[in-house]
Amino acid sequence: MTTSLTDVASSDAALRAFLHGLPGVDRVGADQRAAMLGTRSIKTTAKAQAIDLAISMVDLTTLEGADTAGKVRAMCAKAVRPGGGAPSVAAVCVYPDLVAVAAEALAGTPVKIASVATAFPSGRSTLDVKIAETERAVADGAHEIDMVIDRGAFLSGRYKKVYDEITAVKAACGDAHLKVILETGELATYDNVRRASWLAMLAGADFIKTSTGKVSPAATPSVTLIMLEAVRDFRAATGRQIGVKPAGGIRTTKDAIKNLVLVNETAGDDWLTPEWFRLGASSLLNDLLMQREKLATGRYAGPDYFTLD
Amino acid sequence: MAIFEYAPAPESRDVVDLRSSYGLFVNGEFVEGSGKPFKTVNPATEETLAEVATATSDDVDRAVQAARKAFGVWSALPGGERAKYLFRIARIIQERARELAVLESLDNGKPIRESRDFDLPQAAAHFFYYAGWADKLEYAGFGTKPLGVAGQVIPWNFPLLMLAWKIAPALACGNTVVLKPAETTPLTALLFADICRQAELPPGVVNIVTGAGETGAAVVAHTDVDKVAFTGSTEVGRIIARTVAGTGKKLTLELGGKAANIVFEDAAIDQAVEGIVNGIFFNQGHVCCAGSRLLVQESIQDELLAALKRRVATLRVGDPLDKNTDVGAVNSAEQLARIRRLSELGESEGAERWSPACELPDRGFWFPPTLFTGVAQSHTIAREEVFGPVLSVLTFRTPAEAVEKANNTPYGLSAGVWTEKGSRILWTAERLRAGVVWANTFNKFDPASPFGGYKESGFGREGGLHGLEAYLDV
Repeated sequence: MTTSLTDVASSDAALRAFLHGLPGVDRVGADQRAAMLGTRSIKTTAKAQAIDLAISMVDLTTLEGADTAGKVRAMCAKAVRPGGGAPSVAAVCVYPDLVAVAAEALAGTPVKIASVATAFPSGRSTLDVKIAETERAVADGAHEIDMVIDRGAFLSGRYKKVYDEITAVKAACGDAHLKVILETGELATYDNVRRASWLAMLAGADFIKTSTGKVSPAATPSVTLIMLEAVRDFRAATGRQIGVKPAGGIRTTKDAIKNLVLVNETAGDDWLTPEWFRLGASSLLNDLLMQREKLATGRYAGPDYFTLD
Repeated sequence: MAIFEYAPAPESRDVVDLRSSYGLFVNGEFVEGSGKPFKTVNPATEETLAEVATATSDDVDRAVQAARKAFGVWSALPGGERAKYLFRIARIIQERARELAVLESLDNGKPIRESRDFDLPQAAAHFFYYAGWADKLEYAGFGTKPLGVAGQVIPWNFPLLMLAWKIAPALACGNTVVLKPAETTPLTALLFADICRQAELPPGVVNIVTGAGETGAAVVAHTDVDKVAFTGSTEVGRIIARTVAGTGKKLTLELGGKAANIVFEDAAIDQAVEGIVNGIFFNQGHVCCAGSRLLVQESIQDELLAALKRRVATLRVGDPLDKNTDVGAVNSAEQLARIRRLSELGESEGAERWSPACELPDRGFWFPPTLFTGVAQSHTIAREEVFGPVLSVLTFRTPAEAVEKANNTPYGLSAGVWTEKGSRILWTAERLRAGVVWANTFNKFDPASPFGGYKESGFGREGGLHGLEAYLDV
């Protein structure tokens, strides 16, 4: 990173000057662009290719109070072999206490384990607790940590606090990748989405992620578009590439393909791999499998032909 | 090869029932023309689509007589009755939108995405809007007395939409019309004639005469025409103004433009880039209000141009009927020659030319999206209307200089202002001599919003309440 960009994190005032100096985002224009990209017509061979790419990018997720070891094991089996010869997904995403279960179930497979941490989804806990939770998840076998930012601190202009928490959690991650969840539904404005994206990237995020899935709106096309612009501009400025993960509300193959179109026409080829783009979702996978089957056979099979795990 | 290639996604042509030849639409009937028929081609392939009749001055005379006869009946109808016909036409346009959109893209070369998502919804909206005025004219402030027969001549860039802009207000006010579509794009107007029959519009209220410039001249010069409305080039507009001068005919002209799109250093850059692209590459730049001069504040020039070039490189140029095409074919060989000539002039006068790598089809009329940087006000490409996908990039230092350069053109149809600062939008807009000033957006249209020019961009307003004035005896 260039010196000028490390200096910007020296204080709230310096961060504020930098983040508020970023070009603004015009809501009407951003929505219009995202909507236009939503009209792209992806058919036949392109659709087949997009579906397999989307499956390989899924972070198959279960984040419920009712989650159990049994539920996680079943989901891991599906993650490795979604069915019908489809590629395995990129990762599973679980709560920290279930990381060990997932690690056992996925041992020897290419599927990664992501764990939410830092008092997900609200993030309203103390830093030592957040760090302890992160360290524990990594020790239990998590390859990726999905942390939440302190939205209260962000909205009240305490950017330094948000920055410091991210750097502390990043340090606790060790070799694990850090995804920083902005919870864009609570940040409300697109200007805030852009600023929070840059703040997370400056602080060392490997990925920026839209949402927890617990707040609506979650991963809207406009928000994903703005975050893709942010990673594109950040790489141009610093040379460092950051991944993007929209999560929450992506349920259909159409939604997934729209996301791939956003990547393709905003950040470009370099982000069109599971290493740099993920789709956080749970029910999406079965719709992708159903559409995949339909393309291959020309017929829709009933829902009972696709496993529910 | 790109990782994610979009497979061809062509809209089906089957929805269009193309006939081998088309006649004139006079007095509710399709009739033969007396002139030598001409061919209309698909500019994307140069394939002949159909043969179309040429109306001679005798044919035009019959059309005007039919309109005159129908005027008695039509103008005597209560406004609410006229509204019923207009609402019916609007609904039929919506019902037959796909057919009209495909035909428009075939005949004009514009991408199906634009004819489907812009031209057709706007055309229907104009009929809905003016249908609403038909029984409320007394509240508009221009009286309720129609003018009589309107002679209307429209261009090839938005064939059906320009027809809607002309016919909807004329009919709502109780006038009857003789309309001449452009020679290269007559087909949607002729399909519209069929829609008039489907709507059971009384015969003679709408007459469509096809042909080249002479047919248009005959419409304009006809002594029994009370009102002339023209959209097209400033050159032809001048000839029309001379023809009409002293005849007592009412005249509105919507002519060329050389709009400035002003980007201040505090603009939302990503959205400004979208607005610039939309401003100049929408409809292949065949737009009279196109933002053909980009005025960028010198302090952000490099950053903005890099972002703009990156974005322009993603434009998908090709088959107009492919749903993923962003830039289609240039409408005619003649227009392509003009774009080429002016672009070569731009280079020879010292501006730097840039186009993204893009493969153009072998047949048809094609021109790649093109930027000229280092353009000065004195360059021909900064002064003459190119009417193609060619953007001239100029710079400025202060808001006052931006306004000075923006206004320093014989035209004054539209302008764009990009800044996150509200007070600067107002300051700038107040000083721009242009009929429409868009702030942080471009090419936004609504039937309720008036449109028209200053200076050589013409006079009179179309759309909105103001658009009624042109068709009423004030």
